[in-house]
Amino acid sequence: MNIYDLTIHELKDKLSDGELTAAEIKNAFLDRINDVEDKVKSYITVIDKLVNRQLNNYEENKDGLLAGIPIAVKDNMSTDGIKTSCASKILENYKPPYNAAVVENLNDAGALILGKTNMDEFAMGSTTENSAFFNTHNPWNLNRAPGGSSGGSAAAVAAGECAAALGSDTGGSIRQPASYCGVVGLKPTYGLVSRYGLVAFASSLDQIGPLTKDVEDSAVMMNVIAGHDPKDTTSVERKKEDYTEYLKEDVSGMKIGIPEEYFNLDFDQEVKNSVMSAVEKLKKAGAEVETVHMTDASYALAAYYVIAPAEASSNLARYDGVRYGLRSEHASDVEEMFTNTRYEGFGDEVKRRIVIGTYVLSSGYYDAYYLKAQKVRTLIKDDFDRIFNDFDLIITPTAPSTAIELDSKSDPLTMYHSDIFTVPVNIAGVPAMSVPCGFDSSNMPIGLQLIGPHFGEGKIIQAAYTLEKLLNIKDRRAEL
Amino acid sequence: MATKYETVIGLEVHVQLATESKIFCGCSTEFGKEPNENTCPVCLGLPGTLPVLNKKAVDYAIMAGLALNCRIAEYSKFDRKNYFYPDLPKAYQISQFDLPIAEHGNIEVETDKGVFNIGVTRVHLEEDAGKLIHEGSIDKSEGSLIDYNRTGVPLIEIVSEPDIRTPAQAKAYLTQLKLIMEYLDISDCNMEEGSLRCDANISLRPAGQKEFGTKAELKNMNSFSAVEKGLEYEIKRQQQILEEGGEIIQETRTWDESLNKTISMRGKEEAHDYRYFPEPDLVPLEIDEGWKKEMSKKIPELPREKYKRFVSELGLPEYDAGVLIGDRAMAELFEETLKSYSDAKTISNWMMGEFLRLLNENNDCVDETGISAKNFAEMLGLIDEGVISGKIAKKVFEKMYSSGESAEKIVEEEGLKQISDEDELEKIVDKIIADNPSAVEDIKNGKDRAIGFLVGQVMKETKGKANPGLVNQMLRKKVAE
Amino acid sequence: MIKRKDVEHAAALAKLKLNKEEKEKYTEQIGEILNYVDKLNELNTDGVVPTAYTVPMKNVLREDKVEKSLPRERSLANAPDQKDGQFRAPKIMSD
Repeated sequence: MNIYDLTIHELKDKLSDGELTAAEIKNAFLDRINDVEDKVKSYITVIDKLVNRQLNNYEENKDGLLAGIPIAVKDNMSTDGIKTSCASKILENYKPPYNAAVVENLNDAGALILGKTNMDEFAMGSTTENSAFFNTHNPWNLNRAPGGSSGGSAAAVAAGECAAALGSDTGGSIRQPASYCGVVGLKPTYGLVSRYGLVAFASSLDQIGPLTKDVEDSAVMMNVIAGHDPKDTTSVERKKEDYTEYLKEDVSGMKIGIPEEYFNLDFDQEVKNSVMSAVEKLKKAGAEVETVHMTDASYALAAYYVIAPAEASSNLARYDGVRYGLRSEHASDVEEMFTNTRYEGFGDEVKRRIVIGTYVLSSGYYDAYYLKAQKVRTLIKDDFDRIFNDFDLIITPTAPSTAIELDSKSDPLTMYHSDIFTVPVNIAGVPAMSVPCGFDSSNMPIGLQLIGPHFGEGKIIQAAYTLEKLLNIKDRRAEL
Repeated sequence: MATKYETVIGLEVHVQLATESKIFCGCSTEFGKEPNENTCPVCLGLPGTLPVLNKKAVDYAIMAGLALNCRIAEYSKFDRKNYFYPDLPKAYQISQFDLPIAEHGNIEVETDKGVFNIGVTRVHLEEDAGKLIHEGSIDKSEGSLIDYNRTGVPLIEIVSEPDIRTPAQAKAYLTQLKLIMEYLDISDCNMEEGSLRCDANISLRPAGQKEFGTKAELKNMNSFSAVEKGLEYEIKRQQQILEEGGEIIQETRTWDESLNKTISMRGKEEAHDYRYFPEPDLVPLEIDEGWKKEMSKKIPELPREKYKRFVSELGLPEYDAGVLIGDRAMAELFEETLKSYSDAKTISNWMMGEFLRLLNENNDCVDETGISAKNFAEMLGLIDEGVISGKIAKKVFEKMYSSGESAEKIVEEEGLKQISDEDELEKIVDKIIADNPSAVEDIKNGKDRAIGFLVGQVMKETKGKANPGLVNQMLRKKVAE
Repeated sequence: MIKRKDVEHAAALAKLKLNKEEKEKYTEQIGEILNYVDKLNELNTDGVVPTAYTVPMKNVLREDKVEKSLPRERSLANAPDQKDGQFRAPKIMSD
């Protein structure tokens, strides 16, 4: 295997064995970026200089959990002095004067941050085509989308342009691209990973999580980024867990629910078959699988398309051209400066969501939309709580299809439907992971979603780890 | 006959809380720093930053709520108030909408027309905005400059019921609020520095009518007198319009101190729709009995209660009581002195007289003077013991005021001790009698006033140090002999 | 049903300029989305408490302690325009 194909834990083993040096690892990944980045286009910014400086510190931080490991970070996480654009023209030249909490975590663990990855503008989208700069291509088929919004992070991992990456997930933005690109993507419980420094899309739904080549790496990454942060009031104070303790090949007695209402939805048959066959394997390995009933996921999707734009309309109001970012040159007064800056700086999807969000919060509509959605949110959360009283995990597909063609140009509502399986998880604040479970007839990866109760990351990791062993497909790599 | 109009006023008062750090970040709240020196990623609203609530700000808001006789919310939360302005970095202000920290309070205020009870609708906690300066004048300026030092300084907004009927009541209400905040020691309440700000809603209605008239919102009144003058102007303006059969337009008007009038800001503000919704970056507040109790323990006797006690229990004249409670430090000095000197009226007389005179002459605050409860009480004691006369005492008081020395030390060093030794006085008394035969004759003829003249001569001779009572006695005795 | 003037009003509140085509396109698309959202009314939510926070937490507070601010050059480093240590913006209103 090539160095760039190795997982975090394999690289760590080779580093400690002396089989590889940190410099060899760094060079292998930078060379890989040089070789394939033109085709994949995962990165908005590659930061060689910083990497070299970090490498000099390697000796001092040898025991760090990610010492010498090349990691990519989605471009909506603040990096001190390094452009953090959210793939938007409005922040094209913005360099934060501080690091996000997760970036501090990576630094403390000795990671080499290779660069900032492409995404849908402000994380709004499902293909990364809403980036204001360029499209990212799916390493398994360059004509296909990598998914989104963390498409750059998923593609970078799948293409061997980094060992692992961080993404953010508001309605499926880690899990759906992980599914499209054949990697493991985990959205942790809301409040488990600090949001400090993550440029907000929808504050009550956003969570940062890892995209990795296998389940073990996901556990390692969680050991680095999970934990209480006093700078984020919504981050939960609880004992730090060692997620690698859940890397056990054992699902015997584990109760898994299969929500009938989800599987009854109209979606790709190959995806359905692949997920069901994986479920069968888990059953054979000793898991107790039962059909469960849940509120139709379309209600969660409807609630999501009120709550997320509403919060976004407020979160994105600060881009007014006064303190940072783009300022329109066509302005004779401040009012014109506001409207022209935002007109020139935001892309189509962002503007659409700002208008929806503003509308549903405006006088006379708040109760009918926002308040109603918050109440439905309660019902969905209660629904999950009810199932998790009796079950350890729920399994669904991650996405209704495999990666779609680039430039498919569908209308917004059709596009929003690609999030149908992932959105309920964010609405309820529970954790979920997408793990590769097979390939369709076009050799495109299929993802299976494991959903757990609040702070049930351990159970998810254990089941996913077992499934990974049972399926034995984790070493398959995209050919570039 | 012309219609009589009744004025209806409600006040919205913003009070900056005197915390060390800002409400949602660790930046200092210190006033007067260089522009943007007290800023960080959080208060600049940089992408990705999150607020963390300052406990002291909540404590202070609870104290304010309790002092204004409000009900403290068991469950409270923060909301975003969305609007664009260059001085508002996130384009929303973190404030409180439907669940403020305190509600349903009231305070008593007094004007020369009597005592009134003014309802307090609510007290809520929010963050201040930055400071915007127009380059040049507002209509000819090329640009505006923004300093975000003030952004995120904690504020409480105190909203009154529309219970106020006159500008004098408004001023009394505002004065009372300021005094309460000072007693609580939770704000500097400096209107010039903007730590106390007042907006007013004002409308007129025909006397006897129940419904409110159309109101104007009055802003930019930066002093107590501006509040009174602004409201007075606005009453006249609205009255004139109504008398001429016109209609009041609902609008925001700004008080222009230099022009002495209110000016419409019409067209400069759009219809507001703040799109309030719960702030997802902050978790709710639950204020339990324990927290409330802890805060109520920190509330001292408030000015209005103190005033009543001074009048009813200490028997002070209302005027004296009013002056004493009008300044927390003054009231404290009075009460401290009263602990070692029992005659309240005497203490008050000295404070109303000499002390106020000196404060005004020197433009001092109470704390800046050398007068302490200790030397003040000591001085009063020396008068009672006959060691110094009242007249000499004024000299001693003035020395204490400037030096802070003890009364005894001043009397000692300056040789101001009263002469009460009869042997020592006899020679002087004899001399004065010998020098003023006509006065002596007058006394003998029953003109008692002449005694005063002779006492005065003795005092002059002794530079005020003779014991006047004793001199009086001695003179009468000698003349009668 | 959302009308073009509603889209214009929301855009004005959000300080977004929209061109003619955008106004038309958004009115139609947002109409479809809100139409979909209307399915929320199929669920009975009488007496349901709205959820704003999925993890129940309360009273997360910090002590009143002053921490270091940013050096002023860093605060101003991204400013599109600045003068004398202050952020500079165009004048507030035109005549």
